[in-house]
Amino acid sequence: MTVTFLILAALTLAGTVAAMAMRNLIHCVLALTLGFAGLAALYLLLGAQFVGFTQILVYVGAVAILAVFVIMMTQSAIPAMQSIFSSFWVAGSVVAAAVFAVLAWAICRSGFASQVLPPVEAAVHPIGDALMHGYVLPLEIMGLLLTAAMIGAVVLAMHEKRRTP
Amino acid sequence: MTMSPIQQADQFFVTSQHRFVSYLPAEFQSLTSAILSVIAIVLVFALLFAITTVLERKGLGRIQNRYGPNRVGPAGFFQPLADGVKSLTKEDLVPRTADQMVHFLAPVLLVTAAFLAYAVLPVGRNMVLVNLNAGILYFFAVGSLVELAVFMAGWSSRNKYSLLGGMRAIAQMISYEVPLVLASVVVIMAAGSLSTVSIVDMQASYTGIWPHWFVFTPWGFAGFILFMIAATAESNRSPFDLPEGESEIIAGYYIEYSGFKFALFFLGEYLGMFATSGLAITLFLGGWAAPFSFLTWIPSYLWFFAKLLLLIVIFIWIRGTLPRLRMDQLMSFAWQFMLPMTLFNLFVAGVWHFMPSGIVRWLVCIALLVAPAILLSRSLKQGKKFAVRHYRFAE
Repeated sequence: MTVTFLILAALTLAGTVAAMAMRNLIHCVLALTLGFAGLAALYLLLGAQFVGFTQILVYVGAVAILAVFVIMMTQSAIPAMQSIFSSFWVAGSVVAAAVFAVLAWAICRSGFASQVLPPVEAAVHPIGDALMHGYVLPLEIMGLLLTAAMIGAVVLAMHEKRRTP
Repeated sequence: MTMSPIQQADQFFVTSQHRFVSYLPAEFQSLTSAILSVIAIVLVFALLFAITTVLERKGLGRIQNRYGPNRVGPAGFFQPLADGVKSLTKEDLVPRTADQMVHFLAPVLLVTAAFLAYAVLPVGRNMVLVNLNAGILYFFAVGSLVELAVFMAGWSSRNKYSLLGGMRAIAQMISYEVPLVLASVVVIMAAGSLSTVSIVDMQASYTGIWPHWFVFTPWGFAGFILFMIAATAESNRSPFDLPEGESEIIAGYYIEYSGFKFALFFLGEYLGMFATSGLAITLFLGGWAAPFSFLTWIPSYLWFFAKLLLLIVIFIWIRGTLPRLRMDQLMSFAWQFMLPMTLFNLFVAGVWHFMPSGIVRWLVCIALLVAPAILLSRSLKQGKKFAVRHYRFAE
């Protein structure tokens, strides 16, 4: 259990660190995908099958492909030659450390860390039940919102017909 | 516990695995049994790949009125061995400008993702590697890894043909994944479970001599047809084999791969086809269940592989007889016909569920499926102007 956790955590961290440290942006996305996959494996380790597989389906299958295509179409193939550290990296790391400290403090104070909960079998059935009974209205609203966003994207991408050549 | 000879034959592989594992110390047992199952899956489906290549070449030869391979071994059936030796001894060329690491990882990821999908396919009674609670979700999740591998192959080769082929392949796979998933949702609705094992168990009973397969319902039949069309497109096979269209982009995303890496791409593609066919069998054709109640004495795994071979033969037949689609036809077919039809099918499955069983239910559901299909194809045909096509960028 702990050995598996350590391997997966190391994999996730390595992926995300590489995503920040690599020079070529496509490599960054591929490394980030490794991080996503590691995170999904951690969810599976916790017994959350639905969340884990959805993580793979959405982040590895869709978000990574989207990111890769956007980068490929907007950037040149040759990676930039400047340093991977930006000029204000000291200020940036201070802000990041502060945000991390605040989050860690909030989580430690909330009592989640000390509380030991009984293990829950996070099966697909209760999730489906909750989505289809308790939270059916939010689900429908999300669907409507996403459809509207998709129609907007299609309208933007549609070939404009020029009346006068 | 005593078993009849029929049961013994049926459970032969399961019991022999148990017997082998029971000789080992307790802490190694679960690990060893998992490794044994993985080895069995890898060996059996790699062998099936070898058999399929020779069947496909001979079948296509027969369709095209020529012999096909007939030199190596009896009637040319050892041809895969010769092909294997050839691909192993060929030089492994990597373009100088290619991204070495990604170029190497792409075929590895593709074959790994293709093999992962077999973990949830029940190939026989009690013969499944893991019975996951969310098995179908797992199948589609690992299937989406293939797209990433295809992108890696197309991009890392630094070749415009491979990049174009990769982009085509990804656009096609993403478009057809939607009808593929929606076509299988009807079965999940009917079975009330995402586990492949319980879906097969639901279909493995009989009324008289007739089985309870989901394909023998209006929504199941329509779902099976839609699923197989989408599966053909997902596995990049003819008539949807544009990503490797020889006449325009030479070989698509694996143009810069040679030797064993090319063989790995070939293997990954066929493994993907077997896996989606296996899922179609699991969802619609009763998995390992026998087609008639009086044939249940034949071991369950034989039925699974017989159905798989039948679907493979249909794939080969389609490849030999249909011409390739154009890119815009492919896309409009996915979004304008397949997607609405799968949504209609979902609706029909709901109607079927809530109507009392009888002949009326059959007629209503068939009408609800046939009428939209005819109307949709008519209206799509009307919008077409059959004239000389003008290309925006190619002229």
